[in-house]
Amino acid sequence: MSIGTVKLKIDGVEVTVPEGTMILKAAKDNGIIIPTLCSLEGLTAYGGCRICLVEISGSPKLFPACITSVSTGMAVTTNSEKLKEYRKMAVQMLLAERTHICSVCVADEHCELQDMANQLGVDHVMFERNWSRDEIDSTHDFLVIDRNRCILCTRCIRVCDQIEGVHTLDLKLRGKDSQVIMDLDEHWANSCSCTSCRKCAKVCPVGAIYIEGEPIGHTKRKDIAEFILTRRNRK
Amino acid sequence: MTTTGKVRVATIWLSGCSGCHMSFLDQDERLIDLAQKIQLVYSPIADIKQFPENVDVTLIEGALANEEQLAMLKTARARSKILISLGDCAVTGNVTALRNAWHRSDQEVLERAYLDKSDLNPQRPDQVPKLLVKARPLHEAVKVDFFIPGCPPSADLINYVLTELLAGRTPNMEGRSKYG
Amino acid sequence: MEGLKLKLDDLQRVAEHEVDFQRAYKYRINVCCSSGCVPFGALKVLKAFEDAVKEFGVDKECKVARTGCIGTCSVGPAVLIEPGDYLYQSVTPEKVREIVRDHIVLGLPVKDMLYKNQAYFQKQHRLVLRNAGKIDPSRIEDYISAGGYSALAKCLATMTSQGVIYEVRTSGLRGRGGAGFSTGQKWGLVARAQNFPKYIVANLDEGDPGVFANRTLAEADPHAIIEGMLIAAYAVGAQKGYIYIRSEYPLAIQTLQKAIAQAKAMSLLGDNILEMSFKFDLELRFGAGAFVAGEETAILASVEGQRAMPRPRPPYPANSGLWKKPTLIQNVETLANIPLIVQNGGLWFTKIGTSKCTGTKCFSLTGQINNPGLIEVPMGISLREVVFDIGGGVPDGRKFKAVLVGGPSGGCLPDTLLELPIDYDSLTKVGAIMGSGGIVVLDDQSCMVDTAKFFTEFCVDESCGKCTPCRAGLARIKEIFDGITQGTGKMDDIATLEKSGVFIRDASLCGLGQTAPNPVLTTLRYFKDEYLEHIVEKKCKAGKCFKNEKEA
Repeated sequence: MSIGTVKLKIDGVEVTVPEGTMILKAAKDNGIIIPTLCSLEGLTAYGGCRICLVEISGSPKLFPACITSVSTGMAVTTNSEKLKEYRKMAVQMLLAERTHICSVCVADEHCELQDMANQLGVDHVMFERNWSRDEIDSTHDFLVIDRNRCILCTRCIRVCDQIEGVHTLDLKLRGKDSQVIMDLDEHWANSCSCTSCRKCAKVCPVGAIYIEGEPIGHTKRKDIAEFILTRRNRK
Repeated sequence: MTTTGKVRVATIWLSGCSGCHMSFLDQDERLIDLAQKIQLVYSPIADIKQFPENVDVTLIEGALANEEQLAMLKTARARSKILISLGDCAVTGNVTALRNAWHRSDQEVLERAYLDKSDLNPQRPDQVPKLLVKARPLHEAVKVDFFIPGCPPSADLINYVLTELLAGRTPNMEGRSKYG
Repeated sequence: MEGLKLKLDDLQRVAEHEVDFQRAYKYRINVCCSSGCVPFGALKVLKAFEDAVKEFGVDKECKVARTGCIGTCSVGPAVLIEPGDYLYQSVTPEKVREIVRDHIVLGLPVKDMLYKNQAYFQKQHRLVLRNAGKIDPSRIEDYISAGGYSALAKCLATMTSQGVIYEVRTSGLRGRGGAGFSTGQKWGLVARAQNFPKYIVANLDEGDPGVFANRTLAEADPHAIIEGMLIAAYAVGAQKGYIYIRSEYPLAIQTLQKAIAQAKAMSLLGDNILEMSFKFDLELRFGAGAFVAGEETAILASVEGQRAMPRPRPPYPANSGLWKKPTLIQNVETLANIPLIVQNGGLWFTKIGTSKCTGTKCFSLTGQINNPGLIEVPMGISLREVVFDIGGGVPDGRKFKAVLVGGPSGGCLPDTLLELPIDYDSLTKVGAIMGSGGIVVLDDQSCMVDTAKFFTEFCVDESCGKCTPCRAGLARIKEIFDGITQGTGKMDDIATLEKSGVFIRDASLCGLGQTAPNPVLTTLRYFKDEYLEHIVEKKCKAGKCFKNEKEA
């Protein structure tokens, strides 16, 4: 059975991609990078960070590129002034939400949120910043979670569930109070399901989950999910 | 601009580590070019007691942490045409603002430093200016025209912003600045 | 009669039998025992009536019935005596003897106690609430005798599923949950989906503060919801349905549970419904008190047993809903309209309301208003008629200031917009929404900044936390409001509020975030002067803000 292809325009460039491809992937495969924070290849799409919003001509609405599939004749704009403005806004809201202090963060210079701010030219935060004092859990032998740096992208939760298959991590509470927890809100050392596989630390876009004593550049491995999946599917 | 034809520039050092000023000096030989065009009218690296009137550009390093600094900042704002936040402390609060997560951090930070952690003769300091409840980035108190983030911002970035401003252009920070 | 397996023809007989049974009584005393009247002592009143009719020896000619909401929630407990529709207000157990003696025994209604505000009912048009306050919700026979389940019988006996969808589409009915999507179109989508099994979910998760239309409907006429679901199931080909109800509604849950059990016992639910080859099973699912769980994709997650977090659409639930199967999600108010549409035809329905918005809408009328309560009005009625004619205006001689339409994420509309017709499109145009049908009237003692802050706080608490704009953005907006109402507001705040409000509206994932900035944006649009007053003069005319400063 052959899969059909779809022709569409992304930023004026005509591209042809397999049916069912998400706009984010279609763009990436054709050299157009749409910025995103929560999406990661190999994991299910989440649609939460709203950084990858794009415009589709003919609709007044904005669409998250990570979770909107292509269709024939679609004309996608990925980088209008309005989108830039909105992305800046989203990044500022994330920076203002919890205590993000780059200079004392393990992920300084290896941080997707920081990179995003730089790329978009976010030179300051227009909102008064919230100084959170959420729990830091360093009870595990080497994994540490500093929830003050968490942007709730749920990559760690998804990689733990979908790739490692244990679902140690999940969320508690809701809204601004949401927190990533282990098992039924145990300290990490007491988690009976955690396999200490480190995948959560590898995919964390910021410095929220990291490995104690290890240089962050060494820890981060954003292709881990994709890598494992392709190896698994290889017969 | 004054009769000398030079742009009057001031720099201020609030609650920061002076690293941003070091970075300013790191412009090295470019400082010589800069000196042709600007006149330093107030700075921690120059011996001038009063913040002068009619300043064209003021660069401020450090977060806003106490009442004396607040007064200084307001004066600078009133007497400067362009006010620039220099470095992360001025832009985000940065390390200075680490105390903010504590409840009534203005009290607690002094207690921690001068009472709890003192080796001998613990006493609450009464000579220092009154701390603000929270250490804040400058733009939460006054209008700031430009931001140069970074801890510290690179000499290149400082030079770029100044050069652009001196040429009468608006600096574009997209992809240039390093947040944090 | 319970336990009897009904056949198609039996329905008519049950109805006739019940009508005869009720005709034996000369009077029927309907005591409202809904969640509105029970706290006022409705159950004691009910007991007092039962005792009093016995005491006066009129229990053979007088039927005392425990009914759902009559609609005059402000003057409960309400009692309706038929024939003649005599509505008594604020009845207490002590007054019951007098009513029975004068009205029933002597035939002289007690004028002093009658509800006098006829305008309250005159402008209403009760379709969804047709049986509310008239039938005993705990007896399925009451519903059947009022014509209940005959629409289902008509479908099963004489109509194809396409025929039903055609009638619903003709009716122009739009979803009453707030977004106003065409019901017929939605049914068509689910019916066409080639993926089985299919599901139906009835949305009874009414999380808005001050809104109680769905609760009232479930308490007063649960079978109307069940019949609507049955017809929908027949039309789209679903065999399993869920009613998603919030656990804060114990009486509605109890009523629905009883109704489902009765319907099952009478072969109106389950396999071979009315001895036909139509199968439909129904279960209740309980919400755990999250406002966002009323969002249609969040309901799906919750019914599946997961966190009530919305999913991005597309894929739409019509194609990929519960367990990735085609799912029809409808508000219970929409469903309660269905039996009427099937019975009377889609064309009949288009004659009510306006051409673009047909039918009626239930509104929970609250706030600074003389006659708060649950009303049902034809679409297109003006705000003025609702607030002043039905609602009786603002009490204590105060001045009307604004009306908040659409619940906590609705819009605050000023008096200049009072002539606005109430329908989906007109409301959207001025920045409000139909939403769940909450109308809160504000008088001149309320501060619009404080009001916007209140509803923003609500949405901050209720945000699920999935997407950045709603989670992180609303919290910042709330902080800006804290500043403005505590005296540290800056002029820049107005621009920041506006910018972030528009961003949250455009960029949020689900309906909660997309509508949450409405109170902020509409108050900025219509009451900017109050913001300026707070920021520049540090004054609040209504005296609601700057409280902390005074204390300090």
